[in-house]
Amino acid sequence: MGCMTDTIEKRTFLRAPRGKVWRAISDSKQFGTWFGVAFDAPFTAGASLRGTITDPPGYSHLVFEIAVVALEPERYFAYRWHPYAIDPNVDYSNEPTTLVEFELAESDGGCQLTIRETGFDKIPEARRAEARRMNDAGWSEQAQRIEKYLASS
Amino acid sequence: MFAALGDPTRLAVVLRLCADGPQSIAQLSDGAHVTRQAITKHLTALADAGLVRDSRHGRERIFELEPRRLAAARSWIDQISLEWDEAIERLRRFVED
Repeated sequence: MGCMTDTIEKRTFLRAPRGKVWRAISDSKQFGTWFGVAFDAPFTAGASLRGTITDPPGYSHLVFEIAVVALEPERYFAYRWHPYAIDPNVDYSNEPTTLVEFELAESDGGCQLTIRETGFDKIPEARRAEARRMNDAGWSEQAQRIEKYLASS
Repeated sequence: MFAALGDPTRLAVVLRLCADGPQSIAQLSDGAHVTRQAITKHLTALADAGLVRDSRHGRERIFELEPRRLAAARSWIDQISLEWDEAIERLRRFVED
């Protein structure tokens, strides 16, 4: 059984030019398109942005913040955010954040993408319990709806 | 709870309890590269975090994992992990069209 809990790491091969994938990740507008969020500013190193959930519809009251840590063209993008910070009545600003990193590498016929989120071991237990409640309330169901919506559009 | 798993020795103890089931401190110390006192300290930290529990068998204390607590920790990470999988598939459709 896996007992590592601090890090999530995903590696995937994307059949698309590296430049195109880079724009999809580093341009806040494009990022928002596939992630389902509208950001109020472009991603620039050191910037703090506010994002509003656009997809699924009906969640636009949920605003979250991300702080851009680094942008290295066509190679590396990193930001910090509060994982699962989706309760509009809670102020998350004093809680620890997780670091999300995107790494791109050239590969035959496309590019290799690594996404890594670290820092979960610093997140308070109360928040994890809340996240589980959110999940029980149908968050994963919403995610499946997004899948279906995008697959049919 | 996550911090309780952050130390490599502590994680090794948990992995050993995962793999071999309930054990005494003597058994856990056997073959470990740290002292019995260190193992005891780590077990205490894990017990405080609710990740292991102990019971007395005669003069020995036997430690075992608290599987529900561990599963709860996993399910939160698993959920976020699943959402990344879904986000990646949306990204794939976005860039591969």
